[in-house]
Amino acid sequence: MARKTLVLAETRDGQLRHVSFEAIAAGRQIADGGEVVAVLCGDDVAGFADALGHYGADRVVVVENEALKYYTPDGYKQAWQRVIETEAPEAIVMGHTAVGKDLSAGLAARLDSALVSDVTAIETGNGDPLFIRPIYSGKAFEKKRVKEGLIFITIRPNNIPALEKDETRPTTVDRLDVPISGLRTVVKQVVKKSTGGVDLTEAKVIVSGGRGVKSADGFKPLKELADVLGGAVGASRGACDAGYCDYSLQIGQTGKVVTPDLYIACGISGAIQHLAGMSNSKVIVAINKDPDANIFNVADYGIVGDLFEIVPLLTKYFKEVLQEA
Amino acid sequence: MNVYVLMKRTFDTEEKIVIENGRISDDGVNFIINPYDEFAIEEAIRLRDAHGGEVTVVTVGAEDAEKELRTALAMGCNRAVLINNEDVEDGDQWSTAEILAAYFKDKEFDVILGGNVSNDNGTGQIGPRLAEKLGIPHVSTIVKIEIDGNKATLERDAEGDIEIIEASLPLLVTAQQGLNEPRYPSLPGIMKAKKKPLEVLELDDLDLDEDDVSGRTETVEVFLPPEKGAGRILEGDPDTQARELVRLLRNEAKVI
Repeated sequence: MARKTLVLAETRDGQLRHVSFEAIAAGRQIADGGEVVAVLCGDDVAGFADALGHYGADRVVVVENEALKYYTPDGYKQAWQRVIETEAPEAIVMGHTAVGKDLSAGLAARLDSALVSDVTAIETGNGDPLFIRPIYSGKAFEKKRVKEGLIFITIRPNNIPALEKDETRPTTVDRLDVPISGLRTVVKQVVKKSTGGVDLTEAKVIVSGGRGVKSADGFKPLKELADVLGGAVGASRGACDAGYCDYSLQIGQTGKVVTPDLYIACGISGAIQHLAGMSNSKVIVAINKDPDANIFNVADYGIVGDLFEIVPLLTKYFKEVLQEA
Repeated sequence: MNVYVLMKRTFDTEEKIVIENGRISDDGVNFIINPYDEFAIEEAIRLRDAHGGEVTVVTVGAEDAEKELRTALAMGCNRAVLINNEDVEDGDQWSTAEILAAYFKDKEFDVILGGNVSNDNGTGQIGPRLAEKLGIPHVSTIVKIEIDGNKATLERDAEGDIEIIEASLPLLVTAQQGLNEPRYPSLPGIMKAKKKPLEVLELDDLDLDEDDVSGRTETVEVFLPPEKGAGRILEGDPDTQARELVRLLRNEAKVI
């Protein structure tokens, strides 16, 4: 059954987020031959429309307004409500990001609709599409179906592959003027703490530290390795509680749940709460002094040793092989 | 100040998941207050202590959740409400938001707090859904809130960045880790909690029929992730181990 599908195109720090392309791919699966329309909201975003086409959007709707510079629930709900009234979609896909997670839930309530959040895989066949999502932070999974009405989902970054980029693919761009008014929450300032690094939930490689890192300074070699691999730095709760790093880096049942291609756990014992946040990573490396550490039970490759010796060597040898490549 | 806090009873984060007859078994499972809701409860108590008024803790769930409500009362909440949803078919986030909206319909409130996500279903939908249903603004994943009269100044965690936000009351907020350090119930707190009011409501009391709130989604299957076999331990001196790992990640696992 062909379904017209809207997709949230999201920008951060002046760039389209990769999860937007993944959402287009998910949208194509659900659309089942129907039109896939990317929706781009912001104050100066029209320039991103072509790229959305290259990744598989049939059409792009651009809503530009000063009041959409920062995400606010009121502003984005108003913009999206207007787009939905104009486009009458049968399905909506957003990334399960700070924006997508929040907007989708508020919008679903406004539309009196179901919402399946944080989907990691989609099964399409004869019947309704089925959505697989982690529960208990990835200790289990459930398969869900929307009983009736709008099919509305958010997808977890890094799980549903984007389509191949095709720069010859033409895109139609429609501009929609939406008056935005009466914002009840106002963003006064954004304090950048993520220092322009790779976002943890979207990173392909994560180098993560636990109590074994011993200090805030101890994270430096981990950061160097992450930089060489184009990855992000994460942490266990133990490291955050000890004050070695900010809670925004915490991976686990409280904290972020991540599924990178490569997860390098340094000095992390592997408490069940931490494993819940990372054990669905594609390849896991554990580096720990304690040969009995639980983390070795989920690791594909393990090194029993001192992370302060091993990690700088990894940085050095990765640098060498990546330069050769 | 009238403060409400939304609470969910969840599995202890230590628990392993066991599936029996196609469902997640809660046999012998330890339950706790959802960790993010603990931050919300703590902040609600602090707001009340600073501005006066009362804190009411509300849960939608099974009758067993009385235990976790008593814990919230022992932490310092003034009263508790349990809305029994055991007869709701396919209860999902749409259902819970409908039930909460029906409860809040005739209530006066300044601030509603909740966790930003539960660590069982993990959708993060309830806060934004309820705010929309009640026609009030919301700010999610907050790490700070200050209230001055009718105005709130908040700090929101937006994937690592901090947004400084101004909003007016009434307001719904959801708590992120870092908001505060939740207190443990004190012994006198536990004694007092036994006498604090705990109201149990049936859907009928909210003029709802169970069919009105049966979910809009259906779970067709639950399953466990594939077990990971133990991996390979790399031998040799650090230099050999590091070289071998780089080679394996590049040539065997092909992730670099």
